Amino acid sequence: MTDALTDGDLAALWITLRLATVTTLILLLVGTPLAWWLARTRWRFKFLLEAVVALPLVLPPTVLGFYLLIALGPRGPVGGLMEALGGRPLAFTFSGLVVGSVFYSLPFVVQPLQGAFAALGRRPLEVAATLRASPLDRFFSVAVPLARPGFLTAAVLGFAHTVGEFGVVLMIGGNIPGETQVLSIAIYDHVESLEYGHAHVLAGGLLLLSFLMLMAVYALNRRFLVARP
Amino acid sequence: MTIEARLRLERGAFTLDVELTVPKRGVTALFGPSGCGKTTLLRAIAGLERSPDGYLQVAGAIWQDGRRFLPPHRRPLGYVFQEPSLFSHLSVRRNLEYGLKRTPRAQQRVTLDDAVALLGVEPLLSRAPAGLSGGERQRVAIARALLTSPRLLLMDEPLAALDLASKSGILPFLERLHAELAIPVIYVSHSPDEVARLADHLVFLDAGRVRAEGPISDMLIRADLPLSHGSDAEAIIEAKVSGRDDAYHLSYLEFPGGSFTVAQKDLPLGQSVRLRILARDVSLTLEPQSGTSILNIFPAKVVELDDEDAAQITVRLEVGGVLILSRITRKSASLLGLQTGKTVYAQIKSVAVLT
Repeated sequence: MTDALTDGDLAALWITLRLATVTTLILLLVGTPLAWWLARTRWRFKFLLEAVVALPLVLPPTVLGFYLLIALGPRGPVGGLMEALGGRPLAFTFSGLVVGSVFYSLPFVVQPLQGAFAALGRRPLEVAATLRASPLDRFFSVAVPLARPGFLTAAVLGFAHTVGEFGVVLMIGGNIPGETQVLSIAIYDHVESLEYGHAHVLAGGLLLLSFLMLMAVYALNRRFLVARP
Repeated sequence: MTIEARLRLERGAFTLDVELTVPKRGVTALFGPSGCGKTTLLRAIAGLERSPDGYLQVAGAIWQDGRRFLPPHRRPLGYVFQEPSLFSHLSVRRNLEYGLKRTPRAQQRVTLDDAVALLGVEPLLSRAPAGLSGGERQRVAIARALLTSPRLLLMDEPLAALDLASKSGILPFLERLHAELAIPVIYVSHSPDEVARLADHLVFLDAGRVRAEGPISDMLIRADLPLSHGSDAEAIIEAKVSGRDDAYHLSYLEFPGGSFTVAQKDLPLGQSVRLRILARDVSLTLEPQSGTSILNIFPAKVVELDDEDAAQITVRLEVGGVLILSRITRKSASLLGLQTGKTVYAQIKSVAVLT
């Protein structure tokens, strides 16, 4: 097994990890305020937004990828705007992959966070308010630390789910080695070319990685829970 | 300088509509049946519930009026919730420091050491809230609220969630708080016992409105309030330690109607104390009794008999200008021929010295 990983595999691994990291960071930044708002609003039509956030859970990834491809391509509204501003269309680029992954993994980050924020209840925040903490201060000094298990779950699920995506990436990334080819597609390519050995290494690696990450989440969250009353 | 509140808010079918003046000093109890709006009123004072056209002024500062509304974190108040709500992610020490750090240095009048000593939480400082008993947590929560150096301390049934042992463990701390701090306290309770021990002033709420308010000693015996009826009826009188009998371990407590003899010898001379006399511990005779074990017998005048059609009735008595209650059977009352203005002798079987 001297060359268990080909150069292409290494590039795909690097792209996958980079994609998952960037996507997770963006999702935590965008998803946290969204989840906070969803957990606390009394807006009557909140269910509409919740349904939109949950869509990627049930939609075939190819459907999402198809619409994103249309939107991000040179003739699509987003791609056209990018071109008009002197950029290049996002389809078939790493940035395009990031955009697609953000949509695709959104529920995996928003839902655990929303659940964690809702579980806090109003009381700890009211207590903080009577102890002179401003709304932003209350959020960072009380809500975030108390929702830590939710953040951990959200980050790991978002990351792992992005690592495992296939359909969306194939649609809008186009499988360009060294640029948009991620691990799951590299596995597919190896299987197509009957290189089962290479496919085994990558598939086994992903399996192990996913298991380890989930194990870490459950173990850590159990520790947090035990530490609480 | 007082606290003035005009607060009105609606929550579904319930309407709170309260106009209230609270004395600047001492403990004001908000008392009433559950669902009468005690907690809602307290939350409105804290700004946790919005009363759209409310007016609230505390010691000269406007907290809200028609145009302004100070959010809770800008109101210099301390709030102790019914269930001890410590931050589970912070140690006891960091819970205490949470509000302290957020209070401008110039406004800090209570130091960490003061609060820790007053509530006796020194041994708990490095522990996590999860490991504390209910009573310990509530003491930490009270100390934490005090550390913001509040101009007004709001307490929402701080003892209600505690078992009897924790309750009696924490009451002495609350009494010390009462005695040592000059912060006005609004204390929600539905326990007559707590109210009698802690309050100076009582506001009786019923269905979202103030039904009566006044000094605690008046309120406990008012015939038009439920407090003076029932088997727990009691009266409170203020007295001063005037002497001591070391041979018998007794103290003499002087009040306008005479002098009480109580079995307590560690009371410093001259100290003001609050005495609680349960109506059921007061019996009546027409002649002064000799040959009785009861030491505290005073001539009294019947002020009022309640006309409840029940086995037991409450008699309001005046003893040297002070009113007390006696709970006797209606049969006894008619055998003694009790009527307003009649002079009797009140035999007081026991007196509790509260502070």
